[in-house]
Amino acid sequence: MNDHHTMSGLAARIRSGETTAAATLDACLESIERGDGTIRSFQCTGAEAARTRATEIDRRIQAGEDVGPLAGVPIAIKDNIVTRGEPTTCGSRLLEHFRSPYDATVVARLTESGAVPFGKTRCDEFAMGSGTEYCAFGPVHNPWDTSRVPGGSSGGSAAAVAAGFCHAALGSDTGGSIRQPASLCGVVGIKPTYGRVSRYGLVSFGPSLDQIGPFARTVEDAALVLQAISGEDVHDSTTIDAPCEDLLADLHTPIEGLRVGLPREYLDAGNDDAVNEMVQSAVQTYRELGAEIVDVELPLTDVGIATYYVIGPAEASSNLARFDGIRYGERVAPGPGESLFDLYARSRGEGFGPEVRRRIMLGTYVLSAGYYDAYYKRALQVRRLIRDEFEGVFKQCDILLGPTTPSPAFRIGSISDPLSMYLCDRYTVNANIAGICGISLPGGFTEVDGRTLPLGLQLQAPALGERTLLRAARMFEQATDHHTRVPDSGSSTVDA
Amino acid sequence: MTTHDEHRDSGSSSISIEEVRHVAELARLAMSDEELAACQNQLGSILNHIATIDGIDVQGVQPLAHAIDMSNRLSDDIAGDSLSIEDVLANAPAIEDRFIAVPKVLDTGDGE
Repeated sequence: MNDHHTMSGLAARIRSGETTAAATLDACLESIERGDGTIRSFQCTGAEAARTRATEIDRRIQAGEDVGPLAGVPIAIKDNIVTRGEPTTCGSRLLEHFRSPYDATVVARLTESGAVPFGKTRCDEFAMGSGTEYCAFGPVHNPWDTSRVPGGSSGGSAAAVAAGFCHAALGSDTGGSIRQPASLCGVVGIKPTYGRVSRYGLVSFGPSLDQIGPFARTVEDAALVLQAISGEDVHDSTTIDAPCEDLLADLHTPIEGLRVGLPREYLDAGNDDAVNEMVQSAVQTYRELGAEIVDVELPLTDVGIATYYVIGPAEASSNLARFDGIRYGERVAPGPGESLFDLYARSRGEGFGPEVRRRIMLGTYVLSAGYYDAYYKRALQVRRLIRDEFEGVFKQCDILLGPTTPSPAFRIGSISDPLSMYLCDRYTVNANIAGICGISLPGGFTEVDGRTLPLGLQLQAPALGERTLLRAARMFEQATDHHTRVPDSGSSTVDA
Repeated sequence: MTTHDEHRDSGSSSISIEEVRHVAELARLAMSDEELAACQNQLGSILNHIATIDGIDVQGVQPLAHAIDMSNRLSDDIAGDSLSIEDVLANAPAIEDRFIAVPKVLDTGDGE
């Protein structure tokens, strides 16, 4: 991948006047027009609003202004992050006609960095799912094999980047919703430290777990986007109130002597053989790069899903109470003899899809009288143990290495049991529970039924350890060529 | 209502259809009998998996609601720009003048 095909290379060419933001956006929209009929990654492209933004960037560049490091780069936005005046459906019928009266902080920050936020990428309804099959407007298809899922819930963003429609996209990660689709689509996806990125304007699912993060083809491109969206925000009191350092400062520092932890629980017999082989091969690569491999133990890995499916649904059931058919969203008016209760219950019962209803039910149950201590309180106690376990392990090593997912992309419609779907996230949920940062990057490939499918390598670092995380990821990327492969259905990312 | 521990004693995390119906009412979710029955099975299976955390010794462990330690933050008391009423009302399913319209509340109760 030469400079022409990286985001920073593109931004440099736009800044120098070699091409324009408007021409870049047009090329991007044309590629979506051409290729998204089979992938279905976009709910809408927001072409008109994006053209206005791109033209403004070009005007400022011509006037000699420094518009920022992401000058003119189109960046797609997940459909649960609000953009002023445009649709934000969250993949739900309930919000089919919602138009946000404001921009999310991340959208405003991308704009301040010169980027052109555009479109809305499809996701599982309210970000609940692992395949983007639970989008009320239809599933997204994996560019590597369109009979398979792109992962979820940020499947549209991952697929759009993998298909080469755009250099980068934003997603949100509550239990793996950035890293898992990045893994299944063969792109880079970052779940930042909790509090690193403002959640203002992200439609809340699990507010103690949610973080917004970037997708891109390379670690450096993803890091550039992360840098642009990071930092304290007065609109989100859970953002970390310290200046955000230069996250790219160590990107090109060799990793000799870095201690890479390999938890024995991550090489589980339940993983696909190809996944375990990919991890072993990555270990070898790190050894050759001069890293020290440390065998560690994370015995609470296995209780992550159980803990997450108490805390996540509990928070979701409270959060989604706001969708009551009164102030916004679809309303089912009560019939004769029906009450306000029926307005609430029917608006919600008909507006939410089955998975969202399931999680609201689960969350309401674990928070209800008689069950609170046995489920919710106990899960929060286990949460502390999981966080402490990570803290202990990070005394023995600088980063953790393992698979992002136990297997490559599954076929659309092949997993009907909710619990089996939840277990796809077994290696990703604990980072959200503990608030630490993680990245999935292309780690290798496997052949299934004559198709090549990507496998994701996950690295995790302590809270605020992004500099080390990105450096370790970048060094692996430089030593391998996995990130240069593109799916047959895609193309190398379009440039003007 | 039985407690979770009593359920564990009986060797099952299953949930009765009456409980499912009650939870649906608490959650304000109208569901058909078929949907409630499907939900009963799925919740039972998920709760069985959740029961794996019963095996963890949590004696004396403080619950952790937020992974990153932070305290309440105070903002300066300065009025900023607000959203316009027109913009906000544009999303309401029904409005009258500058208000959101809802069905009559007092005469009908809300089902409780």
